[in-house]
Amino acid sequence: MAKSFLKALTGVHVPHRKNTALMEAVRMPAPAEVVIPTVMHIGAPAKPVVKPGQKVKVGELIAESGGFISAPVHASVSGTVKKIEDIVLSNGRMAPAVFIESDGEMAPFEGIAPPKVDTLADLADAVRQSGIVGLGGAGFPTSVKLAIKDIEQAEYFVINGAECEPYITSDTRTMLDYTDYVVRGARRIADYLKPKAVYIGIENNKPKSILALRERFKDDRRVIVKALPPMYPQGGEKVLIYNTTGRIVPEGKLPLDVGVVIMNVTTLANIEMYIETGMPLVEKLVTVDGSAVAEPKNVLVPIGTKVGDVFEFCGGFKEEPGKLLYGGPMMGTAVPDLDAPILKNTNAILAFNRHDSELQKETPCIRCGNCVNHCPMRLNPPAIAKAFNFKDGEKLYKYRVNLCMECGACSFVCPAHQPIVQRHKLAKLMLREWQNSVKEEKE
Amino acid sequence: MMEQTDSGKFIVSVSPHINSGRTTRGIMLDVIIALLPALIAGCVIFGLRALLVVCVCVASCLVGETLFNLATKRPQTAGDLSAVVTGLILGMNLPASVGIYPAIVGSLFAIVVVKCLFGGLGKNFANPAATARVFMLIAFTETMSSTAAIRIAADAVASPTPLAVLEGAEGKLPSIVDMLLGLRGGAIGETCAVALLLGFLYLLIRRVITLHTPVVYVGVVFLLSWALDGSVTQALYQVLSGGLLIGAIFMATDYVTTPTTNLGKCIFALGCGLLTVLIRRLGAYPEGVSFSILLMNLFTGFIDKASAKKPLGEVKA
Repeated sequence: MAKSFLKALTGVHVPHRKNTALMEAVRMPAPAEVVIPTVMHIGAPAKPVVKPGQKVKVGELIAESGGFISAPVHASVSGTVKKIEDIVLSNGRMAPAVFIESDGEMAPFEGIAPPKVDTLADLADAVRQSGIVGLGGAGFPTSVKLAIKDIEQAEYFVINGAECEPYITSDTRTMLDYTDYVVRGARRIADYLKPKAVYIGIENNKPKSILALRERFKDDRRVIVKALPPMYPQGGEKVLIYNTTGRIVPEGKLPLDVGVVIMNVTTLANIEMYIETGMPLVEKLVTVDGSAVAEPKNVLVPIGTKVGDVFEFCGGFKEEPGKLLYGGPMMGTAVPDLDAPILKNTNAILAFNRHDSELQKETPCIRCGNCVNHCPMRLNPPAIAKAFNFKDGEKLYKYRVNLCMECGACSFVCPAHQPIVQRHKLAKLMLREWQNSVKEEKE
Repeated sequence: MMEQTDSGKFIVSVSPHINSGRTTRGIMLDVIIALLPALIAGCVIFGLRALLVVCVCVASCLVGETLFNLATKRPQTAGDLSAVVTGLILGMNLPASVGIYPAIVGSLFAIVVVKCLFGGLGKNFANPAATARVFMLIAFTETMSSTAAIRIAADAVASPTPLAVLEGAEGKLPSIVDMLLGLRGGAIGETCAVALLLGFLYLLIRRVITLHTPVVYVGVVFLLSWALDGSVTQALYQVLSGGLLIGAIFMATDYVTTPTTNLGKCIFALGCGLLTVLIRRLGAYPEGVSFSILLMNLFTGFIDKASAKKPLGEVKA
């Protein structure tokens, strides 16, 4: 089907607030202590392989992968393991975390050496060792994406540089400050996958990133740097696949099922860095911003650093913060306290003042249809709300609440300030329970 | 259902953490602003009595809603301004010569019976103003079909509405320019096409409504009248007379009682247009706008179902 005939997906115009777009990444000094959770990815927790009292160095394995869909975890500072203890993650679950007291040296582990990569299988293996997960926010182990049995399947390689969330500029800075890694990484993976085309999708509010990458790829006919309108959620996986390749990922299927391998641009840069240096994922580029932050910055932070230490590095708070976030304001999760650690998939931490943190009062739905007309997945939130209130699993299935990617476009435009995303999260649990009960009845 | 929890110091709530800044109250305020040009025009054309009628309607709606909430121990909702919008639209749909008591009864009917008894804002299936107007046409036929004199015309006499003239009543048809300016018999807010279009433009710019409903509704009435009468002038009179413009711009676009998708809105407007022409030509009443909107309100649920979008990537089981 010709692209021009495709019906455009809807979305919302969110404020950009990319205040830190021109700020080069700065590395913060080693924190006194890091807290590294064994779960920073989707899948099985990693298994700790260090004991309290043990000395570790930067890049040393501290927890090994707990299964096929899992990822290993490495020390991000040099120092002494103090304890291994359960902490509460931002999703409310408990998981063991490794507490390391830093010696301030940041001495790299002696065993660091670039992996030998000659084939796609080598690459998938190397990525598995590197501990890299989907750094765009999802945290899905990247090695699983690259474990492709039939290479003919991969028709398109899509690189996600859309960065549609307000405030966040860490992908922008990756494209500008680590252009070499992005370029070499894209070429390397394209060499293995041999796709028909490589698309790099970037919202056109990042002209410098677009120009930088176009310049570098001007002789590479495989690579198309696509400037996309800034329409949230442009960087949603299914949205970007549709807007670059024109393909629709059917429900319950993966991008590879429609011939697409898709990866965030920061994930890609980190893979290339690992292949060239052998240093696993121990450091993250994090945008620090929000109305309560004194000096917004893009900071290179050791994974496991407490968010309080990172805010401190950015001049502390100029106003009393009311809400802290991992990630952007559209999909980010609230951080309960300043001791919460920076995770692998943390691309921003934001702090809002009391005024910006206040929740709007919920009023009755007036059926304005904004949610219906802005949903990129073309779902019907009022119908889902009705089914949810009646605890009607069959209807929740009919209205495909499981297709909701929780982008928050609906809640953003709702004049009644209905908690639509929250309702959909709960409705998905309700749907799963209903499906299980139906299954049991059949058996 | 769900509220923020203060865990220690920081607020923890589910994403998103920002919103567009739009509120129900803000939307209602926009509708009120959009109605003002037509209200002012109505007061200029029909005199201060028109202002009195509209004020009585707005006040009755506010008092009715407040008393209902008090009696049923519900939180007060007058602050969302939706009762003001209902009062304004109903008042502007009445002739300036209407009796004050019928106006009060009609307003209370709109707010209490049509809106509050069905669960308040967002739950009513029928447009309160349209329903109340139909109710008043039946209950207070005499005062509702009275006509007020046009104050600023040279010969300040009460003249029959153009629709009545088009149907064969004694009287002179005003010129098209007079029709545009609203110098004709009719309800307070329905006559001045220019003022109504100004409000329409404002609602479009503020993105409160989309083009779909008004354009399709008025378009269908125009084309169908043109096809049946074979005269463009006649069709133009059909569009400019009666309550078609105020109905198409302000009543058929009511969020609560009309479909949500753009396709649904077009189907709804098509139905309104067909019914309006049908009632005007064949019905006992000269005007059919309120009736057709009310009738189409009944179909909103079905239209919503029929015009639902297919989820992206949906796989039928």
